[in-house]
Amino acid sequence: MDVQDGLDLYTRMCFLRQFEERADVLYRRGLIHGPVHLGLGHEAIAVGAASVLRPGDCSLGTYRGHAHALARGAPPDAVLAELLGRAGGICGGKGGSMHITSVPHGYYGSYAIVGAHLPVACGLAWAAKIRRTGQVTVCFFGDGATNIGAFHEAVNLAAVWRLPVVFVCENNWYMEYTPIADVIPVALPAADRASAYGLDRIVVDGNDVTAVRDVVGAAVTGARDGRGPSLVEAQTYRLKGHSAADAAAYRPAEEVASWRDRDPLLLTRTALVKVGTAEAVLDEIDVRTKSSLAELARQVLERPVPEPAGAWTDVWSDGSGQWRN
Amino acid sequence: MAELTYRQAVSAALAQEMARDDRVVLLGEDVASGGVFKTTTGLRERFGADRVWNTPISEQAIAGAAMGAAMGGLRPVAEIMFSDFYATCWDQVANEIAKVRYMTGGQVGMPLVLRGANGSGGLGFGSQHGQSVENWAMCVPGLKIVSPASPAEAFGLIAGAIRDDDPVLVFEHKALYGRKEEVLDGEHVLPLGRARTLRAGRDLTLVGLSITVGICLAAADELAEQGVSAEVIDLRTLVPLDAAAVLGSVGRTGRLVVVEENPGQLGWGASVAAIAAQEAFGSLSAPVTRVSGGNVPLPVAASLEAEVDVTAARVVAAAQAVLGHGRQRSGITEQT
Repeated sequence: MDVQDGLDLYTRMCFLRQFEERADVLYRRGLIHGPVHLGLGHEAIAVGAASVLRPGDCSLGTYRGHAHALARGAPPDAVLAELLGRAGGICGGKGGSMHITSVPHGYYGSYAIVGAHLPVACGLAWAAKIRRTGQVTVCFFGDGATNIGAFHEAVNLAAVWRLPVVFVCENNWYMEYTPIADVIPVALPAADRASAYGLDRIVVDGNDVTAVRDVVGAAVTGARDGRGPSLVEAQTYRLKGHSAADAAAYRPAEEVASWRDRDPLLLTRTALVKVGTAEAVLDEIDVRTKSSLAELARQVLERPVPEPAGAWTDVWSDGSGQWRN
Repeated sequence: MAELTYRQAVSAALAQEMARDDRVVLLGEDVASGGVFKTTTGLRERFGADRVWNTPISEQAIAGAAMGAAMGGLRPVAEIMFSDFYATCWDQVANEIAKVRYMTGGQVGMPLVLRGANGSGGLGFGSQHGQSVENWAMCVPGLKIVSPASPAEAFGLIAGAIRDDDPVLVFEHKALYGRKEEVLDGEHVLPLGRARTLRAGRDLTLVGLSITVGICLAAADELAEQGVSAEVIDLRTLVPLDAAAVLGSVGRTGRLVVVEENPGQLGWGASVAAIAAQEAFGSLSAPVTRVSGGNVPLPVAASLEAEVDVTAARVVAAAQAVLGHGRQRSGITEQT
């Protein structure tokens, strides 16, 4: 591992980790209105994939989407304000945690209906293909989404139309509270379905940020070069529950412990130490990031709440919410 | 001036807009070969494979791809072959397309059209291919709803829908596809949200949409023979709703009959009736009345279908009842 490259990736993952840890604290203090789904443990996928995208490329995620927005460059204060229901929220307070979106950064939204955004990703890729813009679309979704019709319709359409889209399944082995193995007839939810659509069986260690970068990078290059879509299964693990309200007691302790040993930050940290980085340097990144996010949360909490009149705007293209005269 | 069928008018509107704006692209099942209702005939040949895309039978993929394409800088027009099939992609329509502008605080626009065949019209299509489903969309903020009543209307309203920057669902009536009408040459485009008055009248107002506009006109003819002057309004669009046109008419006539093809259970007519009851109460001489399709799934045998479909005779009967209510107060008893 190149030290500077590794430190950069570690710093980015550390930011996502600390952002989610801070969101968890804020949720527990009752400061977040509505549900929150944390991406703790998934950081290597968000950072690795974002690192191969160009500014004009498109990405979409799920209700577990804070990290994907931030990884593309969404301003953290605006994301945090959206979570906290404060002025300046990235969606004006109308989306909340599950719908974080930052179009100026190429992040076309977090979608809270499982599988719904895979067809939407096809549409973004289709527009790029018709308009010959060279843009690639990357669509992140969970293992549970591979059992919903929209997944199959979208992957089929992408394959038939040879769309420049990369579907990345974040297989964390649980669809909400149920082991994915209980609800699929194959071993791997995405990879073992790929052949049905004429696609390669691609599996990557989703906790290894450079492996994600390499595998998603190759798929993105293929899409950009006109070789059509890919379906990548990135294997990872949720460090906490389905939502912040879920203690995840249904998971065996030894399973959780074994995955904690494979924590993506720990893996990168170990690799960096191996090539000579001092532990103290990494500790300093951790401490600095944690305190900067605590300070950011403090600042955002000082903001006013959104003006109530904002509830009536943005339904229509003229900015209004009027349906009749 | 040329005589166009309703289906030719649909195709002409698509062609007009595709020629005008190269961001307009079509997708749907069989659209490249003209479609099962022949509403996209010749468009692939004229505009090329890059503008007209056949899809698998995958309504979620169709609606979702239209949504993504709208975010990606195109103005897609997706065909949902039968409007009954919206049930298979309702997540995309009601949860995603309708709400994405709002949920993102206005970060994205959604200039797309979903269009296809709707309605019964006595053709025997039954419960899964013959429904009028505008109501499904009307209870979801964020969707515009267009239901053209004639060839010229289809031409102008579909063009208007494509130029609109919001998501529009166009419900074409399958029983009207063969109707012919002289249509003026040149560009056609109608703004959304403006009702039209087809016939002026003094005694009562008949409000229709799509196929029930013709039914209202037939009823008005029959009522005229009985000495009753009925005003007929075509709403054209349910969202935006031209409530002012209805309220203005009721203000003059004092009586309102709303005629919808779908089952009456929570139909769009209930919304129109509620608006009139609340906002034109002082003008009303009789209860607002609704004529609607039967509150049953749509049967197929012609005798059963005719039993539940809306007819001019049922509209006339409703009108007579409404006029009966108001006789004493309005003083028209002597005239009839």
